Amino acid sequence: MSGVTRFPARATGPADRMAGFMAHLRLNGLALGVNETATALAAAAVVNPTDAAEMRLALKAVCAGTREETALFDDLFAAWWLNRGRERPGEAQTSATPGRPEHRHSPFVTEALSALGRGQADRPEGGEGAAEQSGEGRLVGSRIARLNRTDLRELVSPEDIVAAEDTARRIAQAIRDRRSRRLKADRRGARLDLRRIARDSVATGGEPLRLYRRSRPDRPASIVALCDVSGSMTVYARVFLSFLKGLIGANLRADAYLFHTRLVRITDALRDPDPLRAVNRLGLMAQGFGGGTKIGGALAAFNRGYAKARVNGRSVVIVLSDGYDTDPPDLIARELAQLKKRGCRIVWLNPLKGWRDYAPVARGMAAALPHLDHFAAANTLDALAALEPELSRL
Amino acid sequence: MSDWRMLQDRLSDQGYVAGDDLAMALYLALTLERPLLLEGAAGVGKTEIAKVLAILKEAPLIRLQCYEGLDAGHAIYEWNYQRQLLAIRAAGERGETGPGLEARIFSEDYLLERPLLQAIRQDRPPVLLIDEIDRADEEFEAYLLEILSDFTISIPELGTIHATAKPHVILTSNGTRDLSDALRRRCLFVHVDYPDRATELAILAKRHPGLEPRLAAQIVGFVQALRREDLDKTPGVAETLDFAAAVAGLGVADLTDDPVALKAALVTLLKTQGDRARVPTEVAQRLAGKAA
Repeated sequence: MSGVTRFPARATGPADRMAGFMAHLRLNGLALGVNETATALAAAAVVNPTDAAEMRLALKAVCAGTREETALFDDLFAAWWLNRGRERPGEAQTSATPGRPEHRHSPFVTEALSALGRGQADRPEGGEGAAEQSGEGRLVGSRIARLNRTDLRELVSPEDIVAAEDTARRIAQAIRDRRSRRLKADRRGARLDLRRIARDSVATGGEPLRLYRRSRPDRPASIVALCDVSGSMTVYARVFLSFLKGLIGANLRADAYLFHTRLVRITDALRDPDPLRAVNRLGLMAQGFGGGTKIGGALAAFNRGYAKARVNGRSVVIVLSDGYDTDPPDLIARELAQLKKRGCRIVWLNPLKGWRDYAPVARGMAAALPHLDHFAAANTLDALAALEPELSRL
Repeated sequence: MSDWRMLQDRLSDQGYVAGDDLAMALYLALTLERPLLLEGAAGVGKTEIAKVLAILKEAPLIRLQCYEGLDAGHAIYEWNYQRQLLAIRAAGERGETGPGLEARIFSEDYLLERPLLQAIRQDRPPVLLIDEIDRADEEFEAYLLEILSDFTISIPELGTIHATAKPHVILTSNGTRDLSDALRRRCLFVHVDYPDRATELAILAKRHPGLEPRLAAQIVGFVQALRREDLDKTPGVAETLDFAAAVAGLGVADLTDDPVALKAALVTLLKTQGDRARVPTEVAQRLAGKAA
């Protein structure tokens, strides 16, 4: 590949190319501003710009901000500067930049959108069967009540998504507020620490110079959510993802993961303020969305990797899954037991549990039961909302 | 040879073997005068780099260890209340009052410098190490932003203090919580991973030059194999060095030779009861055999 074909007529100099690269990174979900472009140019000026490896290292230090981005960066760099993934050599002559990200990634974007929208398209076959399965849909007092009790599979309107987010936010708040019984020194505390004031004033001749205060410290619990997005769960995926978004948005210590056959951390993507871009990032991460499930494997990956740093005695781990697993069931049991050793509480939300006559017969589910602190239905918005008092007690 | 390679070599002369990612990021941080954020597991040498840098630059190292509840009074500055009070008493006895006294007790003499203030008031650029920033609260990150972007500190009674020398700032994080985007954006970022085999061998050769190459290769192979095992606490580089010291101290010439000595030396690598149970002597022997 020659340098001539790489540069379109419009890109006049290094600054332009760098701006283009930044746009390329931004489109792939890295949070970069104008400032970073300036820093990147400054960095390029102090290294040898003809050495690709050196440029890559330099730009990586400037642009990548998290571990995940670091892992992604080399490919993104190669895609832009080294023209990897270009289909036709003649493309450079057309007005579009070769390897222009909009072009290259559009299939992923549509795929992700359709995957997330599948809940919409994939309505249950025949209204009757679904009503029978959703169990609670019989007694209806008002339109809202009926809506709240409909199985989540049938909930796809934007308002429902917002409602799911709100529910999640309330739950996150409920879990967050875990107050200690003990009083602790606190500069802005509500109560005076008379004992300490009196003792300190001895040193100053009986003048209470400083007022010490105490308060009940807020002990924030961290929430870790693991969401199953395998084939059997796709119909719920849209609402559950909104639920996760609500959890993440409400609590800076919350952490979210998707799993199907692999485990993917999606916290950063969910924090993305631009919802469309968040969806795109999720889609890119969740390739294989809607395939088989390896719950045990995903839990194992979580235990080996993220759990060490992110799960402690004040964590609540929420698993959203139907328990249909292709891994051997004792793997789930073993990994849950292992996770439990970190002192966290484990809550399993199963959309199937709300169905009439549901018994946890899926072998994975049966194996998991003894290790759970709370096992609840998650098939209606009401069921999700009903979790609030339960979880605040944990 | 390019400048960043030279920096890598000079680090190496000081006994710190830095990967390309880290060396480049450090070089850029020094040249562009930006803070450097290092993230990675415990024991991969994040704090060490600041110490080595301080030696290289022949600059003082100022360290701020973060913890939950760290506040401005401990990180930036504090007034010396006791001295102020004594001064007021003494002045009262002399019959002195008024603005003169007030100006005096809020002067530099009564100011206690904490690490951040100390760092911007040096004659020559110091190395400022802000260790384990993820342990501090989110509010404290916000305090840091002003200092990291402008290198100024506002003290209401004294005015704004500008940096006399811009410190080289190194922040470390163990990744136990997400740092705010605002903080990340002000820093250059490197994720420091466990070293690969060659790098770890180089580190070992630097730190324990007396070690026989064959035994060193065995030790590194053993630790690398151990890292792939399912452990609660994965051993870091510091543990490798301890282990090497222990093995050398026990007079072992070959890891596979002496199961008892190997078992004894394992205390330097395995730090929890569960891990000890998970790696019994036979497993250790097998790993050592493979590493040989």
